[in-house]
Amino acid sequence: MTPVVELRDVGREYQGVVALRDVSLTVERGELVGIVGPSGSGKSTMLNLIGTLDRPSHGEVRIDGHAVRELSDRALSALRANTIGFVFQQFHLAAGVSTVDNVADGLLYTGVGLKRRRQRAVEALETVGLGHRLTHRPHELSGGERQRVAIARAVVGRPALLLADEPTGNLDSTSGEGVLRLLRSLNDAGTTILVITHDQEVAATLPRRVDVRDGRVVGDG
Amino acid sequence: MADLRPARLSPADVLRVGGAGLRARPTRVVLSALGIAIGIAAMISVVGISTSSREDLNRRLAALGTNLLTVGPGQTLFGEQTHLPTESVGMIGRMDPVTSTTATGQVVDAKVYRNDHVPETQSGGIGVLATRTDLLDTVGAMVAKGVFLNEATARHPAVVLGHKAAERLGVAAPNEPVHLGGEWFTVVGVLHPTPLAPELDTAALVGWPVAQQQLGFDGYPTTVYARSRDDAVHSVQANLAATANPEHPDEVEVSRPSDALAAKQATDETLNALLLGLGAVALLVGGVGVANTMVISVLERRAEIGLRRSLGATQAQIRTQFLAESLLLSALGGAAGTLLGILVTTSYATYQDWPSVVPAWATTGGIAATMAIGALAGLYPAIRAGRLSPTEALATP
Repeated sequence: MTPVVELRDVGREYQGVVALRDVSLTVERGELVGIVGPSGSGKSTMLNLIGTLDRPSHGEVRIDGHAVRELSDRALSALRANTIGFVFQQFHLAAGVSTVDNVADGLLYTGVGLKRRRQRAVEALETVGLGHRLTHRPHELSGGERQRVAIARAVVGRPALLLADEPTGNLDSTSGEGVLRLLRSLNDAGTTILVITHDQEVAATLPRRVDVRDGRVVGDG
Repeated sequence: MADLRPARLSPADVLRVGGAGLRARPTRVVLSALGIAIGIAAMISVVGISTSSREDLNRRLAALGTNLLTVGPGQTLFGEQTHLPTESVGMIGRMDPVTSTTATGQVVDAKVYRNDHVPETQSGGIGVLATRTDLLDTVGAMVAKGVFLNEATARHPAVVLGHKAAERLGVAAPNEPVHLGGEWFTVVGVLHPTPLAPELDTAALVGWPVAQQQLGFDGYPTTVYARSRDDAVHSVQANLAATANPEHPDEVEVSRPSDALAAKQATDETLNALLLGLGAVALLVGGVGVANTMVISVLERRAEIGLRRSLGATQAQIRTQFLAESLLLSALGGAAGTLLGILVTTSYATYQDWPSVVPAWATTGGIAATMAIGALAGLYPAIRAGRLSPTEALATP
């Protein structure tokens, strides 16, 4: 089976500044991996490359078997729509829009009709334990609930890969633990998850951690 | 390996996504749509009001007829006032396409007053006209109160007042006396306004015989009215002068009163063009407002754009979203403006007692113009939104 993520000697420079140098990383299906490092270590660059939001300066990125280099912007969009789910530190929920519709937007660019999108959004919300918050607006939810809505939006399309960028960064420790528990249970159910974090405590709870420093992978295990 | 082709957004989803951006900021939407609405409303009401007024004129002319011609004395080469020959009425009446004729004659020395105490200079601009008893049918005038002159009353001191003349003299009902040319005359009737012969509105009409016997009237007609068959109006108009005064056709003035009404309408059209231009400027300013709103909207929503790209939106889908938003915004303004324009036209036309007409080309043209403006205004912001790199967009707080 092809690995979900495959980086081979990947580097990324921004106007001469090296953000990532010669990183190789393989994530197999079903893994739960933490990418850990202080800010400026290059972990966000890795997230952007793995999420196909950015292209490497050199090296090869393969996501779910697709070589990113060979894909057009349109094809990458389709890849993101069907294969990758994102969870952000800032949640990025649409204000004034109900929980169901926020989650249903996770399927907007996959060609699924509105009715089916809403059905699957309800299912996803039940999975993350928010079946009782369907019609609430983001401002009526706690931070932990908001992040769970964002996670529901990321997994509603059943992506091969879930990328979580500092998912607990804006949460108190109790809500943060809840979010991590949810990620672990999603992983138990088969979702491949990459968590990007600077938080050593968070990293300690994950089965595999990849340490990043100064644009290099300095530890993996 | 799966085929990596982005899914298409259904039109309903494009509409939803475009509308979502508007729903989130209602105040801004109302204000920028207002600009468009004002422009469209201004243009539609200018077109609507002028069309309604023209329609009213057309209906009035259709009712009054455009086949009335008038003949009056002109001036000689040396600027002296001339007379129409007394036999001109009969000669015009014998022209083949002429169906009826009548005439009035100015009684130069006579003035009319409410009573004998009114100072002579306060004649109120009311002229005394000797009139033939068949005036009404030819001119298309109607009696509002009382009766018109007949063969009997034309020989007696009886007078019929034009609509304005009655108002100025303060005569509300027939059977009141007025002081006319130094004698007491009895008002036997008051006329309705006569649009094709406005000179009758400010006139006191007396019988031809009584004018000659008691008021020193010289017996020359000063206005001959002739109705012709509709198909021959132009040929009659061309031959009237020579018929009325064969010796000096150049000393005769022929006119067609319905033309004068139409010409008055035409002078309004320059003003309309000016107002229409103002409306267009308002519309343009409205379009700039929409463009401004869209540019700000794109700047503010970089994070949303980043999120949508991460959810799998293509550049084209982001562009479409913002273009749809701009189109919706200006369509909203256009629809409101069209309604407002129709409302203004209807209320003004009702106030003026006109038929209310808003031409279909104006409303469809107005909506089309707003859509074009929306597309133009949204194009640049939409392209910018589409080009935004996802990482940059997501990096914005």
